[in-house]
Amino acid sequence: MLEVKGLHAGYGVVEVLRGIDMAVSRGEIVAVLGANGVGKTTLNKVFSGVIPAWAGEILFEGQRIDRATPDAIVAAGLIHVPEGRKIFPNMTVRENLELGSYRRGKPRRARNLEHVFSVFPRLRERSAQAAGTLSGGEQQMLAIGRGMMAEPNLLILDEPSLGLSPLLVEEMFTLIRRLNADGLPILLVEQNVVQSLEIASRAYILENGLFALSGSAAEVSGNPELRRAYLGM
Amino acid sequence: MYSPAIVAEAMVNGLMTGAAYALVALGLTLVYGVLHIVNFAHGALLTCAMFAVLGMEQGLGIGPYAAILPLGVLFFLLGYALQRYVIGPSSHGEDRNTLLVTLGISIVLENALLAAFRSDTRTLGGDMGFDVVELGPMLLSRPRLVGCAVALVVAALLWLLLARSDTGRAIRAVAKERFGAQVVGIDPRHIFAVTFGIGCACLAVAACLLLPTFYVNPRVGNAFVLVAFTIVVLGGMGSVVGALVGGLVIGVVESLGGLLLGESLGQLGIFLIFILVLLLRPTGLFGARA
Repeated sequence: MLEVKGLHAGYGVVEVLRGIDMAVSRGEIVAVLGANGVGKTTLNKVFSGVIPAWAGEILFEGQRIDRATPDAIVAAGLIHVPEGRKIFPNMTVRENLELGSYRRGKPRRARNLEHVFSVFPRLRERSAQAAGTLSGGEQQMLAIGRGMMAEPNLLILDEPSLGLSPLLVEEMFTLIRRLNADGLPILLVEQNVVQSLEIASRAYILENGLFALSGSAAEVSGNPELRRAYLGM
Repeated sequence: MYSPAIVAEAMVNGLMTGAAYALVALGLTLVYGVLHIVNFAHGALLTCAMFAVLGMEQGLGIGPYAAILPLGVLFFLLGYALQRYVIGPSSHGEDRNTLLVTLGISIVLENALLAAFRSDTRTLGGDMGFDVVELGPMLLSRPRLVGCAVALVVAALLWLLLARSDTGRAIRAVAKERFGAQVVGIDPRHIFAVTFGIGCACLAVAACLLLPTFYVNPRVGNAFVLVAFTIVVLGGMGSVVGALVGGLVIGVVESLGGLLLGESLGQLGIFLIFILVLLLRPTGLFGARA
């Protein structure tokens, strides 16, 4: 449902992505893994239309989206849960979730809100609290919940485990697997290689703007190249 | 000493003036709070709105109160277009550019008005401005009473819009977290323009309420904007409630100052408050502490 061909992008004169080819199919969890500064976040920003692609094609459910605006991409159902959560700190948890359906899923807002609250009971308890006062883990739940409010066809999770305690990281990965089991395809962009490979069906290892390695999660985790690519050794 | 009736009347008069001030300040504080720019064209736009009220009355025979709705809509559209197609694109994401662009717009507007209408001071004419309402021992100006009521209603509507509607939520979201807003499908350029449009609509309403008792000339808006800046600082940059409360406080201060010190020194108190707030509570009464 997501297909990327020969994608190049960057900032100013600096090219960050130097020819990316990848795909996500229905029902999959696909992991894009890599260390800091290899282009993971840039890749996500191109997917959500915040920065333009220099060359190449991105097809989402058969439609070209590499020239589309961020709001059109949201409307198509490609929903981005950004790194650092980017929730609205001055607004309540409920308002944050309701804004999740600003562009998409508005007619079923009440039902979807109930669904998010059932997945994250903690958010229901805190629904009237300002989002900026939540703990890091709760903020991450809120960011994912906000994404779910838009009825995603594909959910991009950018570093969902960043800044969480090991116990919460475990919980977060369990949750991602559960969301996927309910039929939601997920593109997981992570630094946490070991745990990501446990839940992903396929994985791409990003190194200096190119995929150094790709394949099924089992193949990738068994490949000695992984250590070299990831640790840069 | 003054009799209590005179002091009370001065205070009520102050509240009524303050409501109009608050409306001007609302537009300014909203634009600052969301776009993070100080709109130097605010005064000139208010002047334009006041000339528009004059034109509606003299050209089309539509009185200032009947003009509130059409001019409110017109100035919303004008403000939307100004931000979306002029200020936004010309700023290239740099705040200092916006400063210069809005300043430039104000100079252009002011001089265009000067060329078209000369520097004469005009009024609506008629005797509407002398209409009074008797309230106990007080004689109150009817148009200012109406103005006060409408200003409070507009402030309440604005608060409701920001608190309850999706557009209002989007405005608050963009103010704090632009990227987060984009990933839920909010177009910041649209929301910025809507915000600027609302600010201009506030000015149009303020102009309709002011004109029955006030005059207009091509520089009249500046006097109001100077006071509006004080109100925004007093109430807290970006706070709607702050602008309303600040406006009323400043109106009363000016009115009592005028009573005690004479009309020409009435504004002394306003700028004294301005300096004191900056010294003692720079975030204002309702401003978020950063």
